[in-house]
Amino acid sequence: MLVEKMNINNHLQKDNRSQKQISIFIKRKRIFLITFLIVIVLYAAASIATNYDAIKGLASIPKAIVWITKNLIPNEKSWERLPKILSKLIESSLLSVAVTVCAAACAFPFSLLGTRTVKVNLWIARIVRITAAFFRNVPSVVWAILLLFSFGQNILTGFLALFFTTFGMLTRAFIESIDEVSSNCVEALNAAGATSLQTVFHGIIPSSMPQLVSWILYMIELNIRDSTLIGLLTATGIGAMFDLYYKRMDYGSASLVVIFIVILVIGIELISNKIRKVIM
Amino acid sequence: MSIVEFRNVNKIYNKTTKALTDVSFSVEKGEFVSIIGPSGSGKSTILRCINRLVDATNGKILFNGYDVSYAGKREIRQVRKKIGMIFQHYNLVERLSVIENVLHGRLGHKSTISGMLGYYSEQEKEKAFSIIEKLGLIEQAYKRCDELSGGQKQRVSIARSIMQEPSLILCDEPIASLDPNASKIIMDQLNNINKTMNITCILNLHQVDVAMRYSQRIIGLTSGKIVYDGPPETLTKEKIYDIYQSNEGELITDVG
Repeated sequence: MLVEKMNINNHLQKDNRSQKQISIFIKRKRIFLITFLIVIVLYAAASIATNYDAIKGLASIPKAIVWITKNLIPNEKSWERLPKILSKLIESSLLSVAVTVCAAACAFPFSLLGTRTVKVNLWIARIVRITAAFFRNVPSVVWAILLLFSFGQNILTGFLALFFTTFGMLTRAFIESIDEVSSNCVEALNAAGATSLQTVFHGIIPSSMPQLVSWILYMIELNIRDSTLIGLLTATGIGAMFDLYYKRMDYGSASLVVIFIVILVIGIELISNKIRKVIM
Repeated sequence: MSIVEFRNVNKIYNKTTKALTDVSFSVEKGEFVSIIGPSGSGKSTILRCINRLVDATNGKILFNGYDVSYAGKREIRQVRKKIGMIFQHYNLVERLSVIENVLHGRLGHKSTISGMLGYYSEQEKEKAFSIIEKLGLIEQAYKRCDELSGGQKQRVSIARSIMQEPSLILCDEPIASLDPNASKIIMDQLNNINKTMNITCILNLHQVDVAMRYSQRIIGLTSGKIVYDGPPETLTKEKIYDIYQSNEGELITDVG
């Protein structure tokens, strides 16, 4: 009797368990279906609200391709402008390097105040983080527009606009990297009686250097891209070049500018990947 | 005079989590003491209260008769430079060489500027090399620490703490991430330091058998309270079950 009862109990338990498992799968399918339907409804509603016709949009693609092949392929005249484009490109990329290096030099000591690892003061750390967030979250284009009023259209405006966002980004990135990489060895150095400055030079800098350099390289890449956009506003560098050709309806030259920006960015990325591998 | 003395020490984290409750004990100079207890029982907190990596909430902690709890920044530094510390994860600057890591033990003895710039005297360098040689790492002296095995890394961190010329070494689970072979080398080295240099050692251990074999005295900790304090000979099985709050057959030491 007892054995039978236990057997039945076991069966019941097994049944329960398999039912639970099945219901989880059903639930997952249902959630997927509901999400899918919601996306469809949102798409339809948004299309109606903005008068967007999907079929018309798709139909215009071949026309666009035809226009691109007619106008956006660099012609002989634009290849003649290549030396000028290249010199402006070098100017813009050197500016980006200068901006990033300056911002990194300022961001490193500043970020030390914001780390948990150095633990200067809770309030100072908070102020540092808020300041960094402020500089980071205002896009560089907005900085450029704001600075245009006070500095006018020149290279300093572009420099400062890129500097502010880079400074904010790097401060934040440095804080995270330092806290992630250096906290263990800094604890040991503290336990041995080292002062904060000593822990910075013997613990934080040697242990987090690859991460910091990696962030700096990434910001250089980003700034070369951004400097194009900023240049449109400040009438300097490669951005101004693009603007000029575009407004003259010299689309071939404008597209040559774009092509060389892409080549430059990819080249820089390849180089910085190599550097990263070496220093890690 | 005892080298470390706890008098009714309490530690409460974040105003709610009680880590230590009314802990009192004292360690004599030259002793080799192990603290055992389940994870989260407050072992690490005890060690870190001694060199003020953690501040006790109340109570008195004396190091060489000096009350650590009221020490300012400068005094803490004076205390810390006489206390070596060894960590479970070695806490070395992995990208620097062995010799540089060992010399870090001298930072506490230097002025901020000369320490920052890494001006070590010839004597200090020679001493560092002789310590490295004693610990059998001379061939690795110029290697980066991330190329070493776990056991070798832990020996580097022992060398770093000896470099401080400490009177006390705190070991926070020194063998928890090591294989049995490396564990034995590390425990033998610590034992050797304790005997030949007369440096007091306080260890946190998870391995009860290791604690029993090496230490002169064992402190058992259960949820922040001392439940055993005495020589390993009188630490019976029942008392071990008591420390780990478990029943017979539930501990790994019961196997075999």
